[in-house]
Amino acid sequence: MSLADTARLAGNAIRTLGLAAALSFAPAAMAAPAAAPAPAVAASAAPAAADAAAPTAEKAAPAPAGDYVPMKPTAGKGMPVDGGMTFQDQYSPTGQQALAMHDYILFPVIVAITILVLVLLLVVMARFNRRANPVASKTSHNTLIEVIWTLVPVLILVVIAVPSIRLLAQQYKPAPKGALTVKVTGYQWYWGYTYPDNGGFEVISNMLPDEEALKRGEPPQLAADARMVVPVGEPIRLQTTGADVIHSFAVPSLWFKLDAVPGRINEKVLFIKEPGVYYGQCSELCGVRHGYMPIVVEALPRPKFEAWVKAQGGTVGAAAAAPAAAPAAAAAPAAATPAAAAAPAAPAADASAAPAA
Amino acid sequence: MASIPAEGFDVHDHAHDHDHDHKPAFFARWFMSTNHKDIGTMYLIFAIFAGLIGGAVSGMMRAELAQPGIQYLGMFAQFLGEKNPSFDQQLHLWNVLITAHGLIMVFFMVMPAIIGGFGNWFVPLMIGAPDMAFPRMNNVSFWLTFVGFCSLMLSAIFPGGVGNGAGTGWTVYAPLSTSGSVGPAVDFAIFSLHLAGAGSILGAVNFITTIFNMRAPGMTLHKMPLFVWSVLVTAFLLLLSLPVLAAAITMLLTDRNFGTTFFDPAGGGDPILYQHLFWFFGHPEVYIMILPGFGIISQIISTFSKKPVFGYLGMAYAMVAIGVVGFIVWAHHMYTTGLDVNTKMYFTAATMVIAVPTGIKIFSWIATMWGGSIEFKSPMVWAIGFIFLFTMGGVTGVVLANGGIDDNLQDTYYVVGHFHYVLSLGAVTSLFAGFYYWFPKMSGRMHSELLSHIQFWVFFVGVNMIFFPMHFLGVQGMPRRYPDYAPAFEHWNKIASDGYMVMAASIVIFLINIAYAFTAGRKAEGNYWGEGATTLEWTLSSPPPFHQFETLPVIDDAAHH
Repeated sequence: MSLADTARLAGNAIRTLGLAAALSFAPAAMAAPAAAPAPAVAASAAPAAADAAAPTAEKAAPAPAGDYVPMKPTAGKGMPVDGGMTFQDQYSPTGQQALAMHDYILFPVIVAITILVLVLLLVVMARFNRRANPVASKTSHNTLIEVIWTLVPVLILVVIAVPSIRLLAQQYKPAPKGALTVKVTGYQWYWGYTYPDNGGFEVISNMLPDEEALKRGEPPQLAADARMVVPVGEPIRLQTTGADVIHSFAVPSLWFKLDAVPGRINEKVLFIKEPGVYYGQCSELCGVRHGYMPIVVEALPRPKFEAWVKAQGGTVGAAAAAPAAAPAAAAAPAAATPAAAAAPAAPAADASAAPAA
Repeated sequence: MASIPAEGFDVHDHAHDHDHDHKPAFFARWFMSTNHKDIGTMYLIFAIFAGLIGGAVSGMMRAELAQPGIQYLGMFAQFLGEKNPSFDQQLHLWNVLITAHGLIMVFFMVMPAIIGGFGNWFVPLMIGAPDMAFPRMNNVSFWLTFVGFCSLMLSAIFPGGVGNGAGTGWTVYAPLSTSGSVGPAVDFAIFSLHLAGAGSILGAVNFITTIFNMRAPGMTLHKMPLFVWSVLVTAFLLLLSLPVLAAAITMLLTDRNFGTTFFDPAGGGDPILYQHLFWFFGHPEVYIMILPGFGIISQIISTFSKKPVFGYLGMAYAMVAIGVVGFIVWAHHMYTTGLDVNTKMYFTAATMVIAVPTGIKIFSWIATMWGGSIEFKSPMVWAIGFIFLFTMGGVTGVVLANGGIDDNLQDTYYVVGHFHYVLSLGAVTSLFAGFYYWFPKMSGRMHSELLSHIQFWVFFVGVNMIFFPMHFLGVQGMPRRYPDYAPAFEHWNKIASDGYMVMAASIVIFLINIAYAFTAGRKAEGNYWGEGATTLEWTLSSPPPFHQFETLPVIDDAAHH
């Protein structure tokens, strides 16, 4: 009991810390990549604490049904900000990597090219107008300069392509064995979240009317009556499919977008570094109410997630040994990703227990 | 560029001493036309008309998007004949508007204007041909396009789901366009694409034949003006890509009406197959819209810098390269559909390659101006504006090319901003540039230079106000094709909607300018741009005789670009 409480307290403290870190960086949106190290520490601590607590929580705390209270969103986190001009702050490792690539490579390059062209145009207009230069030259070739302006862009593109390909490889790293699976189904016009590892229950998520959203302190148009709740700090195998037409499951602050196509299952790893509420919207035209099927992802420390699962009538029982232990084991291969670098902090005992499961 | 020897033929003699300038009566001249210039004129009038409709549709969209919530859709739906539009019917109208805007602007404004209009008018003139190779087929092309437009307009009064009209988006993705849209509206829209596509294929055959077979003596391929090169490359893109579209939308039709399951997984089909087919056409399509614009800009920059185009061969083959590479990058429109990682890596790399020939073109235009004696006549101002705006659209394309970055931008307003910078601010700017460059040649009347300059600046401010903020909306995560949005997105949407009013004002100035030219415009001389204008159309009167080059011009061997 006391252990579980401690874990919860720790979770809360970590969350507060994480939020504080996020908040303090939020105003400087461009500084988001710089903020990465701070949340990373918090996130890495979370699974460790959760894993330590999990087995005890099993025995000591009998399914606290109804214990789950939807988390209040933090203003500006996981949602667009008024008049925002930059990417939303990123809360997934691949998101932070992608954002850094955009902010430190792509954006400077495209701004520089645009300015170069603008300056050249201004120079040409100033120096070679009819008054400044009454007699036009007849130059029409210069092999050297033509070779230069062919090769230099090639080099720039190579510089872009290398990190770009590396980023793709990261994003496509398959989920480790035993990772929690969540199946997202797009319907006209709402989302269904199925948890096959936890008894296969499906949560149906509809948009909240604006007044109701405001009453609950959530952003209008983005809030839903039920959320996709997932554990924080561990890789989740997210699968998408469409029930009728193509939808697209998109959460901007997690750099995540995957089409939900009828007749096929798409799969990608979702890793959320911080507890929180993250909003998204359907991103493939799916008919009349395409604009009215928002996505809300709530990331919780594992014990809280398990409490939520039980509140939904799901199970963490028989399978519990596997899901509880697996994430720790799973964290090891995932350690290659920069964000999960701290994950090996998970108890070695759990990791060694994993093969048995 | 080709140039005419000083002692070249005298056009005016030919133009006036025979009765071949005798024009057919009204109906025969305009409805059974076989004259490339008349057909070009019809294409241009049609494109302006369609553009006004497509522009009005975007005005309806910007009005609705000026603030969060649904304000005007109900009113628009009532205006379009729905007595008491339900909420869903209003939302359906939104989808009809985005679909109509896309289809009209792509198939019935930009393509007819830039290929049908300027291509028909000036390809024969620039290569010294009397007309197109297949004049009757040329007429068929136009009327197919026209009937296609009628079919699209008709779709608006037939049911297409909960309300009237096709609400599938211009991409017509299955299964939304098959099982997802009940009623004949989508069939009419698909049929409209069939007709417009058939018209364009015939047009492409005509251009290829004309350019390969009807060049004046001495006009070798490497002496052709760059506008002709651009139309040649475009014609090949049309010829190779449109049949794929025709196949894809025919499969849509049979899926809808005859029980096939090409794109229905329940019968072994695949919705993603449609996307592959569509974008195999769709990506070359964007080059179809911009390449002739490149050609127009090359002519204008050279004319007003009074210099031959810098790196002519590089310019010509850069367009060929863009055309070729344009066929092998289509899946960058589908990064989030669940592509394999290797596929995504390939399309990322291939897409970025396009930046190289495009860069060659931008730098060559600037080098053409370098050392020139630039006159800032209205076409030149539009052309310089084009270079800058197209560059801005191009560089965001380099961002979107990266599959890992595009995951967050796919289907957001960033993409909308990107493709409007290359099309609305790129292709359309080149259309205006070409219009002011050639309008006196076509009509025989000078437009007002002052109004053209004013229009440029109003247009420049307006379109930037509309489309630049869309990048901010996109990176903040606002999805496209939404009639309503979270309050956080209001600021930039409001500015974009204000920008629409500015842009609309520039179109009013444009129309006033045309009216001015026809009522009070000076008569245009044969070569009203002076020494820099060296291509063959400037050797003719303005407007050119009804039939020109009955004695073929001979291109000087020494002519050198």
